[in-house]
Amino acid sequence: MKKTCLAMMTVSLLFAISLLTACNKKENTEQSTNTTSEQQAAPAGAATPIDPATAAKVSGTVKFDGTAPKPAKIDMSQDPGCKGPNEAEAVVVDGGNLANVFVYVKDGLGSRTFDVPHDAVVLDQSGCKYHPHVLGVMAGQTVEIKNDDPTTHNIHPTPKDNREWNESQPPQAAPLQKNFAREEILLPVKCNQHPWMKMYINVVKNPFFAVTDKSGKYEIKGLPPGDYTIAFVHEKLGEQDQKVTVAAKDTKTVDQTFKAGGM
Amino acid sequence: MQPASSVADKSEGMSEEHVLKFIARSYNQGHHRFAVTLASWTFLLLIAGALVTSNDAGLSVPDWPTSFGSWYKIPKLVGGVQFEHIHRMIAQVAGLLTLILAIWTWRVEKRRWLRILALAAVGTVIAQGILGGLTVLLYLPPAISSAHAALAQTFFCIAVVIALFTGRQWIEEQPRIEFDTRRPALFTLTLLSIFVLYVQLMLGAIFRHHGMSWWPHVVNAVVVSFVLTWTAIRALSLYARIEAVRRPAMLMLSLLIAQLCLGFAAFLTRVAWGKDAAQPELPMVVSTVAHVAVGALLLATAVVLAIQVWRHVPVAFEERLPQAHQDPSAA
Repeated sequence: MKKTCLAMMTVSLLFAISLLTACNKKENTEQSTNTTSEQQAAPAGAATPIDPATAAKVSGTVKFDGTAPKPAKIDMSQDPGCKGPNEAEAVVVDGGNLANVFVYVKDGLGSRTFDVPHDAVVLDQSGCKYHPHVLGVMAGQTVEIKNDDPTTHNIHPTPKDNREWNESQPPQAAPLQKNFAREEILLPVKCNQHPWMKMYINVVKNPFFAVTDKSGKYEIKGLPPGDYTIAFVHEKLGEQDQKVTVAAKDTKTVDQTFKAGGM
Repeated sequence: MQPASSVADKSEGMSEEHVLKFIARSYNQGHHRFAVTLASWTFLLLIAGALVTSNDAGLSVPDWPTSFGSWYKIPKLVGGVQFEHIHRMIAQVAGLLTLILAIWTWRVEKRRWLRILALAAVGTVIAQGILGGLTVLLYLPPAISSAHAALAQTFFCIAVVIALFTGRQWIEEQPRIEFDTRRPALFTLTLLSIFVLYVQLMLGAIFRHHGMSWWPHVVNAVVVSFVLTWTAIRALSLYARIEAVRRPAMLMLSLLIAQLCLGFAAFLTRVAWGKDAAQPELPMVVSTVAHVAVGALLLATAVVLAIQVWRHVPVAFEERLPQAHQDPSAA
């Protein structure tokens, strides 16, 4: 019986150790991913010029096929400073059109490099929600974070490949100026004071991206002629890709449909 | 203050009246009540900490050791801040109570090992505070957050056993001793119970802090149920006459049943129904916090049972007989 006890203790301990080892291995893998991303984020050379006379345009509509899930209700009663629409924005469907899909040129630009825009992208906190819910930004571009609420928020991005930070922003505080150095799709941002506040920042290395509006529409302009992979990314429905070839001054329509079963 | 056996040794040659007076002096009611207060306060602290995790509020106050840059100002207690800051305030009081208890113990207590235990409690509460700070500054890394959760329950067990050792019953009772000849001995089973419960605590904490999946915790729950039931049934079937053993054994069995029910509820509300929730929902918060709290009570009860078994149901002397043969002077 003593042997049984010892055996049970050993099995239990080995079980725990093997699980912890597995966790460490996962962390190591993530660390090496970070290193790779850092190498990728090495400073690029001068931007490759694009001839505006040949620039093409890709636009389209993203549809949702099936019955849209009912938006989850948010309970904001924890903070009297939070007032506004109380529905979650995880899946926003209006007349079969899907909003908040990040559309970007995933592949086909080769070794081209692009200037980082000087204009900041604004992320606003209002009604204890993020506006917009999905944001696209170039690596290194400034994100200006504002708080228009009468309550304190904390902004906490939880990236895989970028640096994590967590800062509070009281009402009427000066906007925070932040940027993200490395490419990262669906980088979650949350507020730990208001746990329903979630949004996603998509950091890419080219300026060819857009987010679908409430009518599911998007538009990507200024694309040089070529063969591209366009990626459509949604926080709950995942990613779908399409190949497209654009000639000089072309205007292509690329629609995409996400099915309800993808959740 | 000294254990009853030691008291009995010293009282040789003393009249019954003197012995009673000696015992009366040994038990310090104020000291014991303070120890009970610390244990109760620690239980409250555990619940406050569990509320922080369940409400995903661990980083709602982004700095440490200050709160929003201040050492003393209480921020507006809304949203996640109410959970995190209240947890910090309760923790500060717990630290202060531990320090007072250690000083008090050092001054009034004759048992050296108990004085050391009270000092160990201070060391543990300091380490726990540092882990809590690191978990904020490093953005809730699963390893540190889980260590913070596990050490919290370790500290709770220390506070409970200090309360036990300073209690009137522990000091005044003449232990009713029954030698345990069965194998594995009941004491071994109680140690095994603590071990599997501690593994279960760590697996649960790592899952709760997003370090691994839920299934290892659920699988180990089967092992825990088996070992604890075995221990409790052994204690109740053979030593039910000894109240100090019967009561924690009964409590352990009852808490195990409650804990399994709460674990099932926590699984449903968090894993099955709550994975797509827009925010932590009340049923999930209530069931997971209750699961943590009852888990802590279960661990502390197992520790108390082990101590009482060690005192009342020692392993039979025959175990040591071969050694005695080797060393005749030992007889």
